[in-house]
Amino acid sequence: MNVLVYLVPMALGLGLAGLFGFLWALRSGQYSDVDGAALRVLSDDDIERTGD
Amino acid sequence: MPDVLDLSFYAKRAADGTLGMDLAVEGVACGACINRIENAVRKLPGITEARLNFTNRRLHVAWAAGALAPAQIITTLEKIGYRGHPFVPLRVEQEEAVEARRLTRYLAVAGFAAMNIMLLSVSVWSGNITDITPETRDFFHWASALIALPAAAYAGQPFFKSAWRALKARTTNMDVPISIGVTLALAMSLIETANHADHAYFDSAVMLLFFLLIGRTLDHAMRRKTRAVAGNLAALKADTAHRFAGDELVTVPVGALSPGDRVLIKPGECIPADGTVVGGTSEIDESVITGETARRAIAAGAQVYAGSLNFHGALTLKVSAAGKGTLIDEIERLLDKAAGAKSRAMRLADRASRVYAPVVHATAALTAIGWLIAGASLHDALITAIAVLIITCPCALALAIPAVQVVAAGALFRASVILNAGDAIERLAEADTVVFDKTGTLTLPQPRVVNAASVDPQLLQMAARLALSSRHPLAVALSRETSGAAPFDDAIEEPGQGVRAMIDGSEARLGSPAFCGLDSVTPPPNASVIVFSYERRVAQLAIAQTLRPDAVAVVGALRTLGLKLCILSGDRCAVVKPVAEVLGITDWQGAVTPGQKIDFIETLKEQGRRVLMVGDGLNDAPALAAAHVSLSPISAVDLAQAQADAVFLGDWLKPVLDAVTAARRARRLMTENLWFAAIYNLIAVPVAIMGFVTPLIAAAAMSGSSILVTLNALRARMQP
Repeated sequence: MNVLVYLVPMALGLGLAGLFGFLWALRSGQYSDVDGAALRVLSDDDIERTGD
Repeated sequence: MPDVLDLSFYAKRAADGTLGMDLAVEGVACGACINRIENAVRKLPGITEARLNFTNRRLHVAWAAGALAPAQIITTLEKIGYRGHPFVPLRVEQEEAVEARRLTRYLAVAGFAAMNIMLLSVSVWSGNITDITPETRDFFHWASALIALPAAAYAGQPFFKSAWRALKARTTNMDVPISIGVTLALAMSLIETANHADHAYFDSAVMLLFFLLIGRTLDHAMRRKTRAVAGNLAALKADTAHRFAGDELVTVPVGALSPGDRVLIKPGECIPADGTVVGGTSEIDESVITGETARRAIAAGAQVYAGSLNFHGALTLKVSAAGKGTLIDEIERLLDKAAGAKSRAMRLADRASRVYAPVVHATAALTAIGWLIAGASLHDALITAIAVLIITCPCALALAIPAVQVVAAGALFRASVILNAGDAIERLAEADTVVFDKTGTLTLPQPRVVNAASVDPQLLQMAARLALSSRHPLAVALSRETSGAAPFDDAIEEPGQGVRAMIDGSEARLGSPAFCGLDSVTPPPNASVIVFSYERRVAQLAIAQTLRPDAVAVVGALRTLGLKLCILSGDRCAVVKPVAEVLGITDWQGAVTPGQKIDFIETLKEQGRRVLMVGDGLNDAPALAAAHVSLSPISAVDLAQAQADAVFLGDWLKPVLDAVTAARRARRLMTENLWFAAIYNLIAVPVAIMGFVTPLIAAAAMSGSSILVTLNALRARMQP
């Protein structure tokens, strides 16, 4: 069962990475406009328009 | 005289020297709007940032100072078909945004901890019935402790702080038993772990926090959502005023006016601020202030109040300090009195916790004593007592009411009712008497044509289209009869008389009887007449306050619900009587002063009645504050809206009925949930007292009861 000694901390470390990822996303305002984010992904704002 | 729109009032300087402004945007319907708006605004000179928040329909714009006038942004939006309304973000809203983010962080930490501890706990539970070695179990318990203690210390803060505040004020609330339960469970688990025991309750403690935080976060999110909508509506309502700046006339937002400013009020406009008339004569409609629908003639020296409607003359007004003037003073005095006399009903959750906490804590103590007398060791007796505290976890109880509140507030929101006060749902459900104001509440906020049926429809449409070219209040009322028609191109307004235009080669006129070639007309009672003439055909259009379209049906439905109904109006008795008769309300009073409104409500209260006050005027504000619970239409003056527990939107009265029925259903579900939590405890406690509770049973009972309570709360969504 010695394998647990490093497997459990590793699992915890991965979990913590996820937690900090979420907190970072929250801090950078990625949850402030969830409806808008769903729609922005559909827009072609990265394509240069010639006309218009 | 040039008229410039000056919006610099709304522009706020950021730390990097740019100016920023927030706008509520009307007309945002789909994802394509995001790009269209942002691209159009970014093309303006000097813009450094333009970001539309689609969730709350708000646009944030920042620009280099001096690069452009803020009004240009609004013009740009108008060009592409949107209306932008600048606003100053409320401090409450900003504070709530910070609080929401904090709650989400707590929730994330609690969720992470609960899942990881559960992973370890399940291993221990399954190991306990197979072949786990004591060393491995200890290792798992210590790992759990390492996660649980910091997580609980961090994510438990909202509960610990609230409990501490309650204890300091020598009261108790639901957070007191929660905090005691969590702390004892953690402490006991730590001691048990140190003693190499089979069981630890780290998972229960953290899971309890996780479930409760879900409830709090949802509650908060719902409140923020409704507040954002209310904020946008306030921005839409915000008026502008024409302020004299030397010889120039500058249009500024009402918020930018200060005492001593002189403002011009054009015919057909609302008076933007309280003040004294210094020039001009006119008639004003003060129904939104006093409920009186008859117009008042005013001249220089007259005191006028914000929200009154100016009729045919231009007025110059000197703005007085906010809250000055005889009527305002009286209202403020009455408001103080009403607020002092008000005893807020104790909330259902607090009442439940007041019963719950002593019973549970006494049971736990008795359990320990009982086991000691029966000969158990001190250690075993304490462990069992703490197990009682954990199993009676207030989880179901603490979720019972917030869960229903969140769902019910959402249901009300869809029914166009926006809650101001968190506990308004409970108080709405208790109401047994409804007191209505008449003007603007039972009747529509704006007057309408009342004899439309007896006028040739074609003529009516033509008159309404012509009315679009006039700012006279009667013409504005008439123009509401159009079905989206555009105004005539060459309409000419003759000040003080009417408006005329050539239609298909013949002249059409709309205005006073004399302007249209009539000698005089006798208006029907309580109505004003505007005349339309076209090709020798003449129509007299009577314009008056009309009932909200569904008023009769809604009042009937409220009566069926067993509510006692009254009308209290500041208007003359002769006007109130026909309204009361149509609605079948026998208990009505006209010509009531704000003070008498309060007295009436106090009398009802003394009879043991719980009054729901529905009103919109400045004269209703004290009564709204004094009543058990109160509702205002969105058209109400700001002071009345601030006093109301909830605001309803639209031209219909139905939201009042919906609010009452939804609140009653929510209240029933809350009671059901409380009973459910009680029954759960009745079953679980004996098991715990006997000492049969293992961490597995505790975890299953806690999640099971929480899920059941939440599912029951979801029934508040259902339409009646």
